[in-house]
Amino acid sequence: MIQQTSPEIGGMGHSVKRKEDRRFIQGKGNYVDDVHLPEMVYGQLVRSPYAHARIKNINIENAKQVPGVLAVITGDDLAKAGLAWMPTLFFDKQMVLATGKVLFQAQEVAFVVAEDRYAAADAAELVEVEYEELPVLVDPHHSLDADAPILREDREQKSNHIFHWEVGDRLATQKAIEESLVKAKVDAVFQRCHPAPLETCGCVADFNTATGRLTVWLTSQAPHAHRTLFALVGGIPENNIRVISPDIGGGFGNKVPIYPGYVCAIVASLKLGRPVKWIETRSENLQSTGFARDYHMTAEIGADPDGTVKALRVKTLADHGAFNAAAQPTKFPAGLFSICTGSYQFPNAFCEVDGVYTNKAPGGIAYRCSFRVTEASYLIERAMDVLAYELKTDPAELRLKNFIPPEKFPYQTPLGWSYDSGNYRAAMDKALEMAGYRELRKEQEEKRKKGELMGIGVSSFTEVVGAGPSHTFDIVGIKMFDSCEIRIHPTGKAIARLGTKSQGQGHETTFPQIIAQELGIPVADITLEEGDTDTAPYGLGTYASRSTPVAGGATSMASRKIREKARKIAAHLLEVSEEDLEWEPGKFFVKGAPSKAKTIQDIAFAAYTNLPAGMEAGLEAVHYYDPPNLTFPFGTYICVVDIDKGTGEIKVRRFIAVDDCGNIINPMIVEGQIHGGLTEGLGIAFMQLISYDESGNVQGGNFMDYLLPTAVETPNWETGKTCTPSPHHPIGAKGVGESPNVGSPAAFVNAVVDALSHLGVRHIDMPITPWKVWQILKEKGMAE
Amino acid sequence: MIPPSFEYLKPRTVPEAISLLEEHGENAKILSGGQSLIPMMKFRLARPGWLIDINHIPNLAYIREEGGYLKIGGLTREADIESSDLIRSKFPVLHDTAFVIADPQVRNLATIGGNLAHADPANDHPATMLALGAQVVATGRRGERIIPIEEFFVSIFTTALQHDEILTEIRVPVPPPGSGGAYFKVERKVGDFATAAVAAQATLDGQGVCQGVGIGMTNVGPIPIKARTAEGFLKGKTLTEITIAEASRLAAGDAQPSSDSRGPAEYKKALVKELTKRAINRAIERARQ
Ligand SMILES: Cc1cc2nc3c(=O)[nH]c(=O)nc-3n(C[C@H](O)[C@H](O)[C@H](O)COP(=O)(O)OP(=O)(O)OC[C@H]3O[C@@H](n4cnc5c(N)ncnc54)[C@H](O)[C@@H]3O)c2cc1C
Repeated sequence: MIQQTSPEIGGMGHSVKRKEDRRFIQGKGNYVDDVHLPEMVYGQLVRSPYAHARIKNINIENAKQVPGVLAVITGDDLAKAGLAWMPTLFFDKQMVLATGKVLFQAQEVAFVVAEDRYAAADAAELVEVEYEELPVLVDPHHSLDADAPILREDREQKSNHIFHWEVGDRLATQKAIEESLVKAKVDAVFQRCHPAPLETCGCVADFNTATGRLTVWLTSQAPHAHRTLFALVGGIPENNIRVISPDIGGGFGNKVPIYPGYVCAIVASLKLGRPVKWIETRSENLQSTGFARDYHMTAEIGADPDGTVKALRVKTLADHGAFNAAAQPTKFPAGLFSICTGSYQFPNAFCEVDGVYTNKAPGGIAYRCSFRVTEASYLIERAMDVLAYELKTDPAELRLKNFIPPEKFPYQTPLGWSYDSGNYRAAMDKALEMAGYRELRKEQEEKRKKGELMGIGVSSFTEVVGAGPSHTFDIVGIKMFDSCEIRIHPTGKAIARLGTKSQGQGHETTFPQIIAQELGIPVADITLEEGDTDTAPYGLGTYASRSTPVAGGATSMASRKIREKARKIAAHLLEVSEEDLEWEPGKFFVKGAPSKAKTIQDIAFAAYTNLPAGMEAGLEAVHYYDPPNLTFPFGTYICVVDIDKGTGEIKVRRFIAVDDCGNIINPMIVEGQIHGGLTEGLGIAFMQLISYDESGNVQGGNFMDYLLPTAVETPNWETGKTCTPSPHHPIGAKGVGESPNVGSPAAFVNAVVDALSHLGVRHIDMPITPWKVWQILKEKGMAE
Repeated sequence: MIPPSFEYLKPRTVPEAISLLEEHGENAKILSGGQSLIPMMKFRLARPGWLIDINHIPNLAYIREEGGYLKIGGLTREADIESSDLIRSKFPVLHDTAFVIADPQVRNLATIGGNLAHADPANDHPATMLALGAQVVATGRRGERIIPIEEFFVSIFTTALQHDEILTEIRVPVPPPGSGGAYFKVERKVGDFATAAVAAQATLDGQGVCQGVGIGMTNVGPIPIKARTAEGFLKGKTLTEITIAEASRLAAGDAQPSSDSRGPAEYKKALVKELTKRAINRAIERARQ
């Protein structure tokens, strides 16, 4: 039970306005590109125009002649320092600057440093690179062909195969599917898309030749991990590196990897002894940095004629581009994709994934996603709809029939997860009611009679967030705990520092709310700092909806340590024993005598002025929280679309989102997260694709072709909630940021397919553009 | 996103601008709203050595009715066209068009002169001006000359303007009573260039017989296209569901789209057909108001 706090304290459940917004709204944020240092110079990358080509020669002479140019660095220069390659976050390595050959269009080939951005841009154009084109491999389905070009000559294994990973019981699943009377199958591609944060990636690297210290302002979602990697790869003692993530303009997983531009800026600063700024353009961000998804998936379900599911089999081809630059826990080559049994009771399941190389930008990162849960959730929610069509049953009914019931939690899935808590039916019922589902189905039936196209899509996702427990989760060996340090000042105000890093999620508000909840200190009196590795405790950063489940747990636990000490001080001040004291948010009072009380502010002052004998001064604590399990948020989304038969355009008429993320810290911020994630899901479902032509030229490498939805395209999101607390989390919270991005693509696609299902349509790959719909209508004789 | 270096010149009169254009030759470019030119420079796709900024020349931005014409100054911003009562009431097709160009920020700067002079087949005004039978006023050293809009678009990014001429005005004949027009655009999202778009302007007599019709099409060919076959078919006919359907089919035949990320050519032809139908129907509705 969460004790209610007053609005002044602003603990959990209060829609406290975001403390950070005052500076953002006034244009007073401080982003990496706002950092200006004396003597600072600018870097620009020269990139490959080819997807696969041998580098015959690089001539930098003309570039060096441009006035203001200070250095032109090539792969050969880096090779001399042993830095031409760097490790990725997943058992692979990646070229910093190309040596020998290039493997994708827009790959980094040289780094020009100049006194200003203009000189750097002019000189970059004058770096002459002689290429000899090589055969290009674009389609991952051909990566393993006998005559496919071998892309990675640096590897011992002369193949484009990266990994095979499987989980579950292959034979039992095969048998169960064979024996099932009803079978459903879907081939679905979760297309290559890009997180496209509005702030691109960049850094300012400042090596101080006098102190030997390197300070890097970095667009980083994980500043501590990046500091450690810089130390390990660059050989600089870790105490001599300071990484600062200032304000970050959106990350969505794109700012988890280390990019060649960062390394080049650091090398240039070491070489020149001057601060070097490097900031990507929009096109560079879209064309070269961590893409997401690109999973080519097949799901098969076996079921009884009454709709009871018996088995799920999933086979997937993962396109990682030129280097496996996935950023995910070490033990999970395909991330948490084995969450693919979703919200349903499958007695049998088997899942296998093969990763391959192609001549495309490296990745794939977890875009607002716990490492492939988005792909998994999309797949199972699509497959359930296909099964519903096979059975000629309502997709909502089919889901209700197969949901894991509340009494079976904690629930052990056949692929190894232990779901902490859930009440899927409650969320579904609420969504059906909000939507007026039965009336919608009636309306659809009538519309069909008139030849009009309307569809209703349902998606009942189960999320997996909060990586993660140290027994299973680490990134390059570092356990995925997270941390919080709290110091209470003598006047009762406080500062807290965390190992996470907000990129817009509202940490400066929600984490103080946790402290306010635990200690009764008003949220206005608590300052929160993240992102400076010199001051914040070590943590693995913010992605995969892990901040609240992990760092939020740490914040709670650190607060409780402080409360324990506060109890001792209060007992001393009130001259009673600790057992005689009772706590309510903000004060200890004597049992049965509520007027005999000491506020947390009184206690804070005493911690520096009037301590019990023998007690250490101060009131502070640090906690490293190792979660016992992941948390499993869930929800049901319902989407209603109308299709314009003349143009193929799809209008999302309504979208109902019922989310259950356990106990809520700030309802307004949660709703904002859901609005944002649904809008991203809309873009993915209908607009977005990073594609390549057969020569490996990237299409959609700018905002003219990679479309971000605006308020005009976005429907009115109708949100609702149920609350099933996490049983193992200190405040029963689960995490919510990625749920809407995970759960919504299937709802959108299911709605469009539903609108066309009476014509025999069972699946359409994303993005579902008007022309794709029109082609289907034409094929089915519905359009001319 | 950094352009190569260039010189920036700021003339105060049209003659001054013209002499600067003459002086610097092909290496000089006029800068008006900058919403097409500056992005191309930042991508280094355009590399003018001199930018002749005409934004500081007075009296180049206006919207007025005069001598049977709607006259729009070359430097008039899209935002002003969009909010003009004169245009909204008498030239609704033009209001429709301005409203779907780019987004409000871009429209605050982008000019109608630049939109036509840029001769991008994806731009929206050309089709509308083709439908309206507009005239372009080009001012050069020898004074003004009038170019009928049908002769204005020569090839992609190329117009009938001489290098040292400035587009100073667009003239649209005021349509007779019983006229109406409309612009329909399919775009992938707001602010996008058209996948396809159609402008229609029609004049009907009391019996619903088509006295005159203009149909222009956006982004379905290397230049903005006038649907002459469709226009020819409709003239003198009563506008019915059947004749409109046939005209729409003919308009699709006049289109020469190519396949790209906005869709296959076949789809764009189908769009032209559908949008022509919608535009003519709306035009008729407005003509009868
Ligand atoms: C994000 C974005 C979206 C857009 N979407 C659309 C859209 O949906 N539809 C659409 O139609 N347009 C769109 N545009 C283009 C926009 O309307 C342009 O502004 C317009 O095409 C050019 O007008 P301008 O005044 O900005 O011209 P500029 O960019 O200044 O100039 C364009 C060209 O025309 C020449 N020129 C300009 N004025 C004159 C003149 N008076 N005489 C002779 N030559 C001249 C210049 O030298 C240059 O070559 C978009 C632009 C942006 C940035």
